[in-house]
Amino acid sequence: MGLDITWAVDWTRRSAECISEHRVDLITLDREIGDGDHGENMDRGFEAVSAKLDDLAAGSVPSDVLKLVATTLISTVGGAAGPLYGTAYLKAASAVAGEASLDGRAIAALLTAGRDGIVLRGKAEAGDKTMVDAWTPAADAATAAAEAGADAAAVLDAAASAAEAGAEATEPLIARKGRASYLGERSAGHRDPGAESSALLLRAAADAARAATGA
Amino acid sequence: MTMPGTVGLVFVSHSAEIASGLVALARQMAPTVALIPAGGTDDGRIGTSFDLVNAAIAEADSGSGVVVLCDLGSAILTAETVLDFVDDELRERTRIADAPLVEGGVAAAVAAESGDPLEVVLNAAESAAGGGPRAPGRAEAGSEDRPTRGHGASGYSRTVTLVNADGLHARPAAELVKLAARYPQRITVNGADAKSLLGIMSLGLTKGASLEIASDDPGASAAVDALAELTATGFGEA
Repeated sequence: MGLDITWAVDWTRRSAECISEHRVDLITLDREIGDGDHGENMDRGFEAVSAKLDDLAAGSVPSDVLKLVATTLISTVGGAAGPLYGTAYLKAASAVAGEASLDGRAIAALLTAGRDGIVLRGKAEAGDKTMVDAWTPAADAATAAAEAGADAAAVLDAAASAAEAGAEATEPLIARKGRASYLGERSAGHRDPGAESSALLLRAAADAARAATGA
Repeated sequence: MTMPGTVGLVFVSHSAEIASGLVALARQMAPTVALIPAGGTDDGRIGTSFDLVNAAIAEADSGSGVVVLCDLGSAILTAETVLDFVDDELRERTRIADAPLVEGGVAAAVAAESGDPLEVVLNAAESAAGGGPRAPGRAEAGSEDRPTRGHGASGYSRTVTLVNADGLHARPAAELVKLAARYPQRITVNGADAKSLLGIMSLGLTKGASLEIASDDPGASAAVDALAELTATGFGEA
């Protein structure tokens, strides 16, 4: 039960819808500890991605969609999320390059490569109160599920749940990277907006997988 | 690279006004080098633009390399991402400076204008940190209680009075630094490195001040004389 191009396109459309729906929430979170533009930037980025999905060539595979998301976010987001998510999607695309159908292990590899891309670009570590705090538990949960023999949809579900828990767990942390780090201890008590948007995107991936596999 | 030009600079800021304002500021002291602003997003909002930074690096490069100066976090992330996408040759000769945007940008512009190679321009930017840690060997520049450096029996020094009505402001300071940079020896002005623009400017010398131009190096007498001459004649503006 592999995930194919239909899933990748549906994930992207669901991402755009979900980010648009949570635009104000993300702006509010970012206003508390950042520069307040995360919701707007992400919404603009995914709106631009959605507009390009129809232009995908026939015979495209999931890695083509990931590459399209990467390059579009990099050139349209305008905040740190652009290069960070852009690098994540690029590395994720490389991990599954050319593959038409992704099983549980391929999905785990995709998410792990995405996490590694964010770490490479932002140089944040777990506990710095950044999107890494959603992506690292997600990649770890995905790898564990895939090794236990879970299918692609179950791997994504495990990743999304871990990312949600990871985002929630950023609330008491003191930011050590990004704009929120200027606030020092005052950053504690607020959820990191990047971790929150990461959890939203991974939940969209899991929902798209459930829809694709009819589970 | 038959006729390499000077090192080019790119100023990446979240604000278009900051980036273009810095070009105007640095331009006073660096009239000919490529200074390319990449501020704000494509549609003029606060933020950084991959496409603007990408185009600016290409425009700044004349074959001698590019130093990129950035303001806050995502400016650096965007510049690094651009470097992942450019061709290998351009990436090889592009450096992202770990330096304060304004001070580093001005110092790098003066170094580039003097024809310094890529690594020297990068170092000029990175040793320009205002109150932060300084590169080794530059620690005395601008400090209030700097020790009087002996220039010993073998050294050479000249003392000249500053005649410029507005003191040693940015333009004459840059002239002095540019001339000093043409000589290999270490030269100081009242203890500050004569090749460091910020070191010289932070001496805060006003009209009538005495400048002790000195070197420990006996081979530097021509350099000291030339700098003394330039100072005595008011840098062409007195």
